[in-house]
Amino acid sequence: MGLRSPLGQAKGLGSAKEGLHHWWVQRVTAVALIPLTVWFAFKVAVLSMSDYNTVAECIGSPWSAALIISLIVAAFYHAALGMQVIYEDYIGAKAVRISAIMGTNLLLFLLAAAGIIAVVRIAVGG
Amino acid sequence: MSSNNRPLSPHLDVYRLPLSALISIVHRGTGAFLTIGTVVLVWWLMALAGGEQSFNEAQEFMGGFFGKLILFGWSFALFFHLANGIRHLVWDAGYCFEKSDVEKSSYIVLGAAGFLTVLVWIIAFSTGGGA
Repeated sequence: MGLRSPLGQAKGLGSAKEGLHHWWVQRVTAVALIPLTVWFAFKVAVLSMSDYNTVAECIGSPWSAALIISLIVAAFYHAALGMQVIYEDYIGAKAVRISAIMGTNLLLFLLAAAGIIAVVRIAVGG
Repeated sequence: MSSNNRPLSPHLDVYRLPLSALISIVHRGTGAFLTIGTVVLVWWLMALAGGEQSFNEAQEFMGGFFGKLILFGWSFALFFHLANGIRHLVWDAGYCFEKSDVEKSSYIVLGAAGFLTVLVWIIAFSTGGGA
């Protein structure tokens, strides 16, 4: 449409050098999650059979708490990016797609905040 | 544009998925499953933060049949996504794109996921929650 050439239309619009950001952060969080999830999976499997004092002490020790909070940040960021790609691939209707992405992002943020607050509370013994 | 004998892409419903394609879609499925699993994780941490009584209730559920089923499923999904995720990082770095490499790494992914899942529960049951 219009009299502007394809080049004229594209000029000035990009590259904003941001095309890589989504892909790259997905990889950075993935790399962070390799050691974190291995550590956490073994911890959870054992602690799923433990009593309150053992678990509270184990999760609440300073290093454990720091690692779990790091895990929560990386995992929820990674999940939000991954779910976005799934929605973008399978949901055709734009309004539904954007709502799904936005809803998931907000929900995951809330869950991450709740998880971090829980860990902090366990760590400081509130 | 009226050539009738151009090669057609395979229609998925008459096409047996190769192992690598099956693993690809399962990677996505486990990713979505693990995202849903974060709700359980946060619920468990919240119960722990809530004190001994709320934690014991949560732990009782996780120790039951349904809770154990969720945990076993979660651990396999996690290890599968982890192993195949590492394979994706290798691909991102530009290695192992040959068909034979992909075939081989498909089995490594499945083997590693199965092995780690069994290992984690052997350790968990043998320590009996003592650690």
